[in-house]
Amino acid sequence: MKLLPFPLGSIPGSEAGSARGPDKAQEAWPKRPGRTRALKPTDVRDPNYFHRVVDCQWACPAHTNVPEYIRLIAQGRYGDAYMINRESNVFPAILGRTCDRPCEPACRRGRLPEPGGDSQPVAICRLKRVAADLRGDISHRLPPVPAKKNGKRVACIGAGPASLTVANDLLPFGYEIVMFEKYDKPGGLMRSNIPSFRLPEQVLNDEVAMILDRGVEIRYNSPINSLKELLAQKFDSIFAGTGAPRGKDLELPGRQEAAARIHIGIDWLQSIAFGHIDSIGERVLIIGVGNTAMDCCRSSCRLGGKDIRVMARRPRGFFKASPWELDDAEEEGVQIVVNHAPKRFIVENGKLAGMEFERVEWDAGARKSTTIDTVTIPCDDVILAIGQDNAFPWIERDLGIEFDKWGLPVVNETTYESTRPGVYFGGDAAFGPKNIIWAVEHGHQAAISIDNYCHKLPVGERPPATMNLVSQKMGISEWSYSNDYNPSHRQKMKHVDLVERFKKLNVEVELGFSAEQTAREVERCLNCDIETVFAEKRCIECDACIDVCPVQCLTITRNGEEEDLRGRLSAPAVNLDQLLYVSAALPQTSRVMVKDEDVCVHCGLCAERCPTAAWDMQKFELFISYAGEETCNKQHESVPA
Amino acid sequence: MPSIVKPVATHPSLQRNELGFTVRDYEGGMSTLCAGCGHDSITAAIVRALWELAVPPHMLAKMSGIGCSSKTPAYFVSGAHGFNSAHGRMPAITSGAAAANRTLTYIGVSGDGDSLSIGLGQLCHAIRRNVPMLYVIENNGVYGLTKGQFSASADIDSKSKRGEPNRMAPIDPVTLALNLGATFVARSFSGDKEQLVPILKAAFVHRGFALVDVISPCVTFNDHSSSTKSYLYTRKHKVEATESNFVPKAQEIVAHISPNGHGANVTMHDGSVVRFTSLPANYDPTDRTRVMDYLQQHTGTGEVVTGLLYVNPSVPDMHEMNKTPDIALTEVPFEKLCPGAEVLDKLQEDWR
Ligand SMILES: Cc1cc2nc3c(=O)[nH]c(=O)nc-3n(C[C@H](O)[C@H](O)[C@H](O)COP(=O)(O)OP(=O)(O)OC[C@H]3O[C@@H](n4cnc5c(N)ncnc54)[C@H](O)[C@@H]3O)c2cc1C
Ligand SMILES: Cc1ncc(C[n+]2csc(CCOP(=O)(O)OP(=O)(O)O)c2C)c(N)n1
Ligand code: SF4
Ligand code: SF4
Ligand code: SF4
Ligand code: SF4
Ligand SMILES: [Mg+2]
Repeated sequence: MKLLPFPLGSIPGSEAGSARGPDKAQEAWPKRPGRTRALKPTDVRDPNYFHRVVDCQWACPAHTNVPEYIRLIAQGRYGDAYMINRESNVFPAILGRTCDRPCEPACRRGRLPEPGGDSQPVAICRLKRVAADLRGDISHRLPPVPAKKNGKRVACIGAGPASLTVANDLLPFGYEIVMFEKYDKPGGLMRSNIPSFRLPEQVLNDEVAMILDRGVEIRYNSPINSLKELLAQKFDSIFAGTGAPRGKDLELPGRQEAAARIHIGIDWLQSIAFGHIDSIGERVLIIGVGNTAMDCCRSSCRLGGKDIRVMARRPRGFFKASPWELDDAEEEGVQIVVNHAPKRFIVENGKLAGMEFERVEWDAGARKSTTIDTVTIPCDDVILAIGQDNAFPWIERDLGIEFDKWGLPVVNETTYESTRPGVYFGGDAAFGPKNIIWAVEHGHQAAISIDNYCHKLPVGERPPATMNLVSQKMGISEWSYSNDYNPSHRQKMKHVDLVERFKKLNVEVELGFSAEQTAREVERCLNCDIETVFAEKRCIECDACIDVCPVQCLTITRNGEEEDLRGRLSAPAVNLDQLLYVSAALPQTSRVMVKDEDVCVHCGLCAERCPTAAWDMQKFELFISYAGEETCNKQHESVPA
Repeated sequence: MPSIVKPVATHPSLQRNELGFTVRDYEGGMSTLCAGCGHDSITAAIVRALWELAVPPHMLAKMSGIGCSSKTPAYFVSGAHGFNSAHGRMPAITSGAAAANRTLTYIGVSGDGDSLSIGLGQLCHAIRRNVPMLYVIENNGVYGLTKGQFSASADIDSKSKRGEPNRMAPIDPVTLALNLGATFVARSFSGDKEQLVPILKAAFVHRGFALVDVISPCVTFNDHSSSTKSYLYTRKHKVEATESNFVPKAQEIVAHISPNGHGANVTMHDGSVVRFTSLPANYDPTDRTRVMDYLQQHTGTGEVVTGLLYVNPSVPDMHEMNKTPDIALTEVPFEKLCPGAEVLDKLQEDWR
């Protein structure tokens, strides 16, 4: 039997301990020679320290305060939950349906073994939708836009999420925003490419209107064809949120001859969204297996496609599409065909008749392939969904805006400034195609830069994030948050039945969580923002916290180098991205309290069982600064959990 | 909702013992003792030792009397048998239980009050009988449960929380046990599981009666600066007289390293080995007189001598002394155990 390393060394450490309260008379613990490279005590006043413990918030590009909004939902305070979301991610209703959810793979709950089931993260994204759907009227809670303007005019090119965020952040500070949009409707790819069965038009309209209706001067059907001309209009600053509008083509034999039935995915989806296309052949092949491919195949299902195949070059596990999008497509009867490399379009009588593929075999890492044979698959239409490119034909190359070898503008990753001061890029236009939540975050950052630039401040001067820690102790065995661990499994989203959902193009497939599902799912959240905060001076090294911790987070041991110290922990960390919380020398033995933040379930039992309140549970709140705000004094409503 | 229930969540790399149990499977109910009580740490050490030894929970019997310490069997191994007896009567109940069912592993958890005052006579006779059991005294120098009166283990001149000095001489369970012929005697500290867990493991496999006296501070009534049973006092005055490891039967014994002083291997009755890695000069943990000499020399110094101090696996236990049947009485069919009045009459007739 292999034994776990047992935590407690009785070896006194290096520094003499400071005597605790009434026992000052007792002499210090015997000294040992000083140790080199022992870990320094953790500074929990550094906003990044606990931020990192809130895995979801840390992983969210816009750092949405997830646990706070989940608690608000639990209390039925949907409007408040919506506002917490909106502050960081601007489009909670849209994102509650479409977000790429980088928070979910990061969620702590996903690292904990669930009794009798797979580990599953909290359904963070679905809960966001709950807040949005039930929010009620929040229009009066949006930051007011002053009637008196600040005299600065900013041009935003494109009306996608990046530009809309810039407008959202700058409007309350009196900026005049002029937004130029190529088409006659706002929303960018959220309107033209994300199908309405995933994102209902009304939901999109509502959240876009929340920004545009507050005083943006929007000019539809106004493509910017020359940046030089726009610069001549003397705006104080320009933001380009023009996206990555060009779908990749696949130049194979037969491409020209069969052009009538070969479609570029993002253009084809846009034609559907704008009502130019309403049918497709029965047999459809989709080339590529990213998220665009998923929207193409599922749209085909609704336009008359019967035999729809997504043709993948590589095996499962190497697809770009999100797992839930693959599941949804397969539920709708789409076939995912793996290990097929496209070779040519087959043209018969001047018409597309099918496609030829090489069947391939891959090595273990799916790096190298060998061809097995060649197969032909007959079809009526082919949709190419193999990626997007940026295109900036409207930017003259003599304006001081540098481009890199891939044709992307050179953009500063912190300030989003181009090489021409005053001109900013964000969203897909900055670093190539990403997703909505990144476009939003770019927008926030660019808005800060624009605000600085317009006020003649260095754009590199970023307002710092600040934080607050507030004890959650209410009394003996009473904490102000739900510290109970709920063993429920992740709730499954219910879908409209298959017959019903294909009747119209815009039937929203996901029904949203029921009240019961919501009630269960919110309790799965571990409240990772309710932090264990340690006061070493109070610790009497009784081990009560160590003994009670359900997940063996805590160890009292002598200090040392990180690797050595990790070897002496009560249990080894699974995820090394989470840090060790190391105390200063403890009063009695000069050893240190070490907490591995990795799988703490924030149950508060360590604090509950500590006789001296050396551990306390404190709510960590991160205050992120946005454009125009006076740093530090930004306090949004703090809610008791 | 605030909750003080221990979450069912576990560490992702939680290991299993050879029975397939995790250490969490050896836990019991949530402790109702004062937060920070030494007794809770001893509970955690017992859980650890039982898990490492892979004792099947249903083959364990947890015995206790009255006191905070005697409440603790409720906080480990929920799946075990147990008996919470009257104050000081745990040794007699355990002797009876062990006589009736020799197949179980017995642990008695007692306090300095339960064992050294009201139950002192009971303790002495359990030692004499060499009842096969682990007897843990959770020693805090006070009657914790009744709010902190001095117990018989309180040192002369150590003060109560209100400043009252103790005048009577203490009873030291370790010397007492050695005098009475105990076959396994150890002392440890609730705040040192590295020392305590291996001692408990050896005690569990010991052939007969194993006494483990564990200094276990009472945070509420006896952890102040004029106590000699506080966390700080114990840490400052604790001397590790012997250092030992427990090597289970199946495991290979590596040649012992003895950094300071000499070492020794003692093979236990079941083939496992207690490996002493460090002993004082001229100290033999199997030689009662030398151990007593050593302790004698350290009395009155204020030192708290800890370690597995004495072990003698060669003395027959209660069953061997009394030639009890190999089979547990609980396994003997009722008709055979209690053959009825006629058989008894006949037996008596034979002796007439
Ligand atoms: C099929 C598909 C599905 C997707 N699904 C999701 C999803 O589920 N979740 C997710 O997070 N992301 C998804 N994305 C990605 C996401 O839509 C984009 O990353 C995001 O919309 C980028 O926002 P943006 O503001 O940078 O640009 P865009 O949304 O592309 O908006 C750019 C706007 O600028 C306009 N414009 C362009 N050039 C000019 C010009 N010269 N003058 C004036 N106007 C101009 C365009 O008309 C457009 O309205 C999807 C993308 C595709 C293609
Ligand atoms: C017959 C009897 N006498 C007295 C008591 C009162 N009493 C309860 S616990 C206790 C002493 C407990 O002391 P100890 O065994 O040291 O346990 P601790 O609480 O310190 O762990 C006493 C005297 C009792 N319960 N029963
Ligand atoms: S458990 Fe809750 S707070 Fe923790 S990472 Fe998951 S969603 Fe965020
Ligand atoms: S809150 Fe404390 S007891 Fe609970 S899991 Fe975290 S460290 Fe362990
Ligand atoms: S419970 Fe409190 S006093 Fe005891 S070891 Fe933990 S932090 Fe220190
Ligand atoms: S009174 Fe003393 S012995 Fe009893 S539970 Fe409290 S601290 Fe422990
Ligand atoms: Mg006591």
